[in-house]
Amino acid sequence: MTDSIGFGHHQHACTTNNCTTPLAENIREQVQNHPCYSEQAHHYFARMHVAVAPACNIQCHYCNRKYDCANESRPGVVSELLTPDQAVKKVLVVSSEIPQMSVVGIAGPSDPLANPEKTFATFKELAEKAPDLKLCLSTNGLNLPQYVDQIAQYNINHVTITINCVDPVIGAKIYPWIFWQNRRIKGIKAAEILIEQQQKGLEMLLERQILVKVNSVMIPGINDQHLAEVSKIVKAKGAFLHNIMPLLAKPEHGTFYGLTGQRSPTDSELSALQDSCEGEMKMMRHCRQCRADAVGMLGEDRNQDFTLEKIESATVDYQAAMQKRITVQAQITAQMTEKKEQQPHYVQFIPLTSIKRGLTKQKFVHRPILMAVATKGDNLVNEHFGHAKEFLIYEASHTGVRFLRHVKTDLYCHGDDSCGEGETALQRTIHALTGCEVILCARIGYGPWEALVAAGIQPNNDHPYEPIEEAVEKVYKEMIIAGKLDEPLQQQLGA
Amino acid sequence: MSFTINELCTNCWACEPLCPNQAIYEAKPHFLIDSRRCNECEGDYPDPQCASICPIEGAILDSSGQMLNPPGSLTGIPPEKMSMNKI
Ligand code: SF4
Ligand code: SF4
Repeated sequence: MTDSIGFGHHQHACTTNNCTTPLAENIREQVQNHPCYSEQAHHYFARMHVAVAPACNIQCHYCNRKYDCANESRPGVVSELLTPDQAVKKVLVVSSEIPQMSVVGIAGPSDPLANPEKTFATFKELAEKAPDLKLCLSTNGLNLPQYVDQIAQYNINHVTITINCVDPVIGAKIYPWIFWQNRRIKGIKAAEILIEQQQKGLEMLLERQILVKVNSVMIPGINDQHLAEVSKIVKAKGAFLHNIMPLLAKPEHGTFYGLTGQRSPTDSELSALQDSCEGEMKMMRHCRQCRADAVGMLGEDRNQDFTLEKIESATVDYQAAMQKRITVQAQITAQMTEKKEQQPHYVQFIPLTSIKRGLTKQKFVHRPILMAVATKGDNLVNEHFGHAKEFLIYEASHTGVRFLRHVKTDLYCHGDDSCGEGETALQRTIHALTGCEVILCARIGYGPWEALVAAGIQPNNDHPYEPIEEAVEKVYKEMIIAGKLDEPLQQQLGA
Repeated sequence: MSFTINELCTNCWACEPLCPNQAIYEAKPHFLIDSRRCNECEGDYPDPQCASICPIEGAILDSSGQMLNPPGSLTGIPPEKMSMNKI
């Protein structure tokens, strides 16, 4: 799957009734350089978030409002709060040093629309001084209807709304309170108001031609069954992406869910839900749940390189920096287009879900397998196994190659709770790669090689610096030729 | 009659713009309430605004020193589970 956002180009190749609605050309253009929205662009373009919005107007059970720790890169938690002036300066400095910068967002640390003066002051100046940068905003939606016109006025073309439910009974289990019309409101009434405002805000943005992405946090036992319905509703209204993220809840986070033993979804539960919603709308499987002050390519955070002192003492020629960005980004776009034209066969695939449902007539096909890839960007197999902080997981099947998700190796153990304290980093990595049969990397040491083989994962460093999808396809074909995949389909669908 | 903000305050700015009397101000190490200005929102709102948006249990006290949002009242976390939550 290498299409820029996954569904502008390959409508002709769509072979099942799971086909996603083709994106309007103007939307495709607006998102093709966006690292967060475009599966292909996230290999090449950079994004940054600035944290100017400290206040919030609701409480979520997965958030701890006291947490602010420099060592923690839990989503939505930041240490560096900026004034609007500082934020503007930071964007100008960073985007002159990283010319791949295409997107600037305000995502928090709390709710940008609970801090409207700070948020809009920042956007206003950025729109004047760096008009080439795409601006975006994330919100819980409570104040959205009230600020939709201002959002349109400042040329913000992407808004993300976090919508975890459309049912107030479920909402009351996620949101203990909201602040609404000068009162703190609790329980089902609070969830009702929040849901109503979110849906109204969604509709109003779409009426004004502003792109809307919906984020949902998957909370097992609370809204996991319900999110398919959410997906259906937001798609019917016209949101262009639905991104389902796993709940992160550990006791040390100090959140309600963390302290009351609410578990996170496993990787396979998350994938299954994303698969089941994919027919409805493209999923953003490469989402990294960035910190609200993240800087750089997806999967990296160069925020530490840009300290406040450095930013305040720097001088930037805004015009020259913008020209450089435009040149660099035009080159990247041209390269992306070229690659796409060279590999038309990768854009065709039947979603795994349709195979599971038996829509494919073939009785015996080579089974799909999962491969992990160590990469540091540019869409190449170019990272040393031992240096990889995350792996990208691809599925190869008879219908093609597609990206499924990323797995972090250093920050969190994904999946169940069986990875104890005593495990080494290597054991944790192997645990995180459960389900993968092959790991592609540029280089790998002897010790890890042995350990991976013992765990049933075949290391492969025969394709260093090759484009990822090409390498995955080659390895898949080699495995077919070697007769490794000749089992009937039904035996491995549980994987 | 005035409320006070204590050291539990995380400086989140939520209360400051809401005060009808501009009694709340940014200070180090945490926000403060000017006791000469605060009227507990009497006559302005049915509920005191700062205490209605503050997300931190125990950060705002009434004139007798009682917590306006006692432990568990906002997060729903049972107080006996909070020992793990040392920030
Ligand atoms: S109680 Fe009302 S008047 Fe007093 S500080 Fe809070 S918001 Fe201001
Ligand atoms: S709302 Fe509470 S935590 Fe936030 S600044 Fe005011 S007193 Fe401090």
